[in-house]
Amino acid sequence: MTNSSTSVPLNYLNHKTGLWSWLTSTDHKRIGLMYMYTIAIFFCVAAILGLLMRIEKLTPGQTIMTAQTYNGMFTIHGIIMIFIVVIPGLAAVFGNIFLPIMIGAKDVAFPKLNLFSWYVFITGALLGLYSQFANGNSPDTGWTFYVPYSAAASSNVVIALTAAFVLGFASILTGLNFIVTIHRMRAPGMTWFRMPLFPWSLYATAWIQLLATPIVGITLLMVIAERTLHIGFFDPSLGGDPVLYQHLFWIYSHPAVYVMILPAMGVVTEIFPTFSQKPVFGYVPIVFSSLAIALVGYFVWGHHMFTSGISYESRWFFSFLTFLVAIPSAIKVFNWLSTMYGGSVDLKPPLLFAISFIFLFTIGGFTGLTLGSLATNIQLHNTDFVVAHFHYIIFGGMGFAFFAAIHYWFPKIYGRMYNFKWANISWGFLFVGFNLLYFPLFVIGIQGMPRRYFDYDPKFQTGEVLSTIGAFILITGLILMISNLVYHSRRGAIAPANPWHGVTLEWQIPSPPPHENFDEIPVITHEPYRFDHPHTN
Amino acid sequence: MKNHENHVSSDSLNWTVLVILLILTAITILAIKIHLGAFTVALALILASIKVTIVLTYFMHLKFENLLLRLMVGGVFLLFAVVIVITFIDYYFR
Repeated sequence: MTNSSTSVPLNYLNHKTGLWSWLTSTDHKRIGLMYMYTIAIFFCVAAILGLLMRIEKLTPGQTIMTAQTYNGMFTIHGIIMIFIVVIPGLAAVFGNIFLPIMIGAKDVAFPKLNLFSWYVFITGALLGLYSQFANGNSPDTGWTFYVPYSAAASSNVVIALTAAFVLGFASILTGLNFIVTIHRMRAPGMTWFRMPLFPWSLYATAWIQLLATPIVGITLLMVIAERTLHIGFFDPSLGGDPVLYQHLFWIYSHPAVYVMILPAMGVVTEIFPTFSQKPVFGYVPIVFSSLAIALVGYFVWGHHMFTSGISYESRWFFSFLTFLVAIPSAIKVFNWLSTMYGGSVDLKPPLLFAISFIFLFTIGGFTGLTLGSLATNIQLHNTDFVVAHFHYIIFGGMGFAFFAAIHYWFPKIYGRMYNFKWANISWGFLFVGFNLLYFPLFVIGIQGMPRRYFDYDPKFQTGEVLSTIGAFILITGLILMISNLVYHSRRGAIAPANPWHGVTLEWQIPSPPPHENFDEIPVITHEPYRFDHPHTN
Repeated sequence: MKNHENHVSSDSLNWTVLVILLILTAITILAIKIHLGAFTVALALILASIKVTIVLTYFMHLKFENLLLRLMVGGVFLLFAVVIVITFIDYYFR
């Protein structure tokens, strides 16, 4: 079937046109793209805020903004990046676009609920944005909303809390949709262990979204009740316990790290076999390590609270479990490297980003163990070391996996190719800029530079200046990458259906995919990642 | 994926479950008048858990679902219980 006026084959991008057709579309691929554009806009805003904060830190004392503005900025930066960009990021964008295709379905189980989730997400995002500007009184609590300060602060905390609560609903609905889709809509013959590993990672993620998000939702409501009705849950002056808030907040927010990172692991697990033209090494261990990370990740939240006054018994318990969760993560790293070993490695941009993911995530992981140790945690807690560790995991992990994913699936999404040379150059800027931005923070953190401080001792200036230079290089890389992708999404060379010689189902259908993905639902007869199978190669 | 048949509960079963839930609600209210100290909350939570189990089992038809689904729901409650226990272990040792 073709579009008669232009002779372009009909696909999900052109089978209906106009803004209204997008805003009312229940096509999972269009909804995924709407998530991507929304998230990209918010990401750019938060990245600019991050750059402004780095400029402020160029010199000790006030450089370009006041201390209160700085407090508001790191709060806004955190709220946007965490709740609007990183948590929904990979699952809502690439999960939506590719989960149904990769399991051989025409859509998710509840397409209307899927569209509704996006509207809930937009409502929460706009509410979050409103909280930053209403009455010129942006929240200054940090994205963690710790009480008792958040219970007493005069800034727009209630609006920001409501925004986070609403955004949580979108996350829950997406998780529910994915779980039902994977259980009920797999193609005939696609048993659990014939399912590709990106859907497996989405499955583990969806369970966390479904089970952990309501806890933070209720917790944030309790803070709102405390502020508006003066019910003493967490505020000591009302008879509450601030440590209880930290327990409830991190019961969600630590598993939320795995909501961010598990799909990232799923993405690179798709990329390594394709660009090595070799079956993934250790399919079953990767599956179970995803499930183990999701499960054990539930029980390590206390490592955020080692210095908050929790009991000694709890501290060693949480420290022990934190070390345990490193095991399944290490299994994955071992499997990715082994997948490339002896393979026909093709160093295209998606693989460059995926390898960078391993490098940066491993640094983030090891420094996480440093923070998970009780003794070193006392020294490093609330220093820039934590900021560096966090960004290596979240930006170096999830962020670079997102970049890997967009470079991997771009030809399938838009039916066009981007420019490899510019993709490689932007990767260079991003990789160098990232490390220059965040690695000095490890050093000055160990030396005692506290995080979230507007001012600092002049002895930390070398590290701060290097970090700011890194921020400029990183932003340059982002501009190059986004320009390359945006320009070629309309003007790039036409992409073939399977430019990377991939073997999972999305590469067996045209680029861009048709409206309902498959003319006939495929019948699966073999495991994924069979590069020797006649139907897949 | 194989579709399973929908189970239709009888009216008598639904009414019986409703009566049991109302009785448990009445017990919850009456229990407040007995001074059990810190155990008042524990008793209220136990009664609420029994009611939740009954609603899930009969009104939400979990009893008639396949084993995998029942295990998944059971696992969720087990997880929730473990999280609560770990939190209160901290309070116990503090």
